[in-house]
Amino acid sequence: MDLTDYEKEMLNGKFGDGAAEALRFQVALGDAFNAERMVEISRTHLALMHLDSDRWYIAKLLEGGARCRVPSTINPIYDLDYLESVGIHDPAGEAQVLQELNESFKKLGIILTYSCTPELEANVPRFGETVAFSESSTTPYVNAVCGARTNRESAKSALAAAVTGRVPLYGYLLDENRRGDILVEVDAAIRDDLDYHLIGYATAKKIGSGIPVFTGIPLNTTPEQLLMLGAELATGAPVAMYHIPGLTPETPDLKTAFGGKSPKQKVKIVDDDLQKTQLALSREEDKICFVMLGCPHYSISQVGEVANLLDGKQIHEGIEFWVLTSSLTKELAGRMGYLEIINKAGGHVIAGTCPDISCWHSHYRGKTGVTDSVKATYYTHLGGMGFILKRRHECVEIAIKGGF
Amino acid sequence: MALENKEIIEFKCHKIWGESAKGDVLISKEAICFYMVDTDTGTISEKGHVLEGQRITDKMLILPSGKGSSVVNDEGLFMLKQNKTGPKGIIVKNPDTILVAGAIIMDLPIFDRVEKKFYEFVADDDYLVVDADREVIQLFK
Repeated sequence: MDLTDYEKEMLNGKFGDGAAEALRFQVALGDAFNAERMVEISRTHLALMHLDSDRWYIAKLLEGGARCRVPSTINPIYDLDYLESVGIHDPAGEAQVLQELNESFKKLGIILTYSCTPELEANVPRFGETVAFSESSTTPYVNAVCGARTNRESAKSALAAAVTGRVPLYGYLLDENRRGDILVEVDAAIRDDLDYHLIGYATAKKIGSGIPVFTGIPLNTTPEQLLMLGAELATGAPVAMYHIPGLTPETPDLKTAFGGKSPKQKVKIVDDDLQKTQLALSREEDKICFVMLGCPHYSISQVGEVANLLDGKQIHEGIEFWVLTSSLTKELAGRMGYLEIINKAGGHVIAGTCPDISCWHSHYRGKTGVTDSVKATYYTHLGGMGFILKRRHECVEIAIKGGF
Repeated sequence: MALENKEIIEFKCHKIWGESAKGDVLISKEAICFYMVDTDTGTISEKGHVLEGQRITDKMLILPSGKGSSVVNDEGLFMLKQNKTGPKGIIVKNPDTILVAGAIIMDLPIFDRVEKKFYEFVADDDYLVVDADREVIQLFK
């Protein structure tokens, strides 16, 4: 790879061993994908967590004096203080791990957002910007909706990018790799947010990989719904980019979406695909003991919808009700009066927390909950949590009724 | 294994990362997320996956691609490495950043751009050797 003088100095350790280590890894990555050079970036989002592999890599870079060269935000882990306050305890020793991680993140210069939706608030890329976003749900949104450019970064490749301020130039950063290759005709009734989860996952399962170009998605689809569509495309397949002609900034029409070529594959998504996806991912109806909403993190509108549904109602005894969101949105929800309504009904709004964490695993192991997120259902079954997949309003109704 | 009676067929490939690697072939027709693996036993645990219940330990794993969350794939690879239950190497059709970055950091040999006809010949339990310097796969049939 052709490196600039500055990059050569970095590689030789002039800016510390941490930066050198990060760049070495990026050069190997660039070589793997035949990148000719590095390109500077303006921001990153880091999907680092308290996992052993993350802590190992963070410690390695910090020991070498690494610091973020560009603004970088961070994914959720969990709000232990809140969980402790309602009697959910951390598995032994994790409180200290979280504390140490928080300090490490600060030392690296990471902005402590603890949110998985940076592209909606706090770290929003603009059209044409080159960035490095990990968190698989953010990547398709950044490419398809913001019109910025990112590869499907891993937590560690994004951290390396934050530290060096650049990425190898390959993949979705290049015009020729951003064109669509599969036409996805959506011919299904779209009623609410859940349908976007289902369309995303069903499409991923049908295409396996590639860049889908959607028709049949309304142009007034909300940012949250586009985010869910991308989140589930990335859960079911390595999809980092999609096109919706007329909505994707670089894609005025169908012809542009395919770069003037014909699609190599055409698939249809119909009502039956959505129903089958919902059933396949959902545990059978059973006695439930919790409801978990907000994977990806709920926006203020979504929290507001839950508050409206719960207004004046009471969550049934024996059901723990959770809305997961960012601390910024929680603050706003307080100002809007949503927090008070949800709390009064017996529910919790928790900030900076992911559904797939050991705290929940140990608390809900072997138990069944209800959620409106395919992604939450997919990842948490390993932690021993079972989910029934329902629409948001159904989740709230089930919580009030105490079952089905 | 009695390899001396076998025919060796060579195929060109491209080294993404790592040293030479060898082992028995395990083919996955579906993408794999390495978090959806029981890392104590090296067994695929993803519900409904084509390889559900099969062990990837010490295999030369042939994949269409990686998939899934950027958070957890590395964790799976890291735990497989720690527990010594991971594959010997990966041969991937469509490499993506998350899979490749994980393999580089965990120092797991990974190869791509294999000649098309390789995929017509190769079958589960074949023995294969990837020579990383020559960028050649030797398949024992």
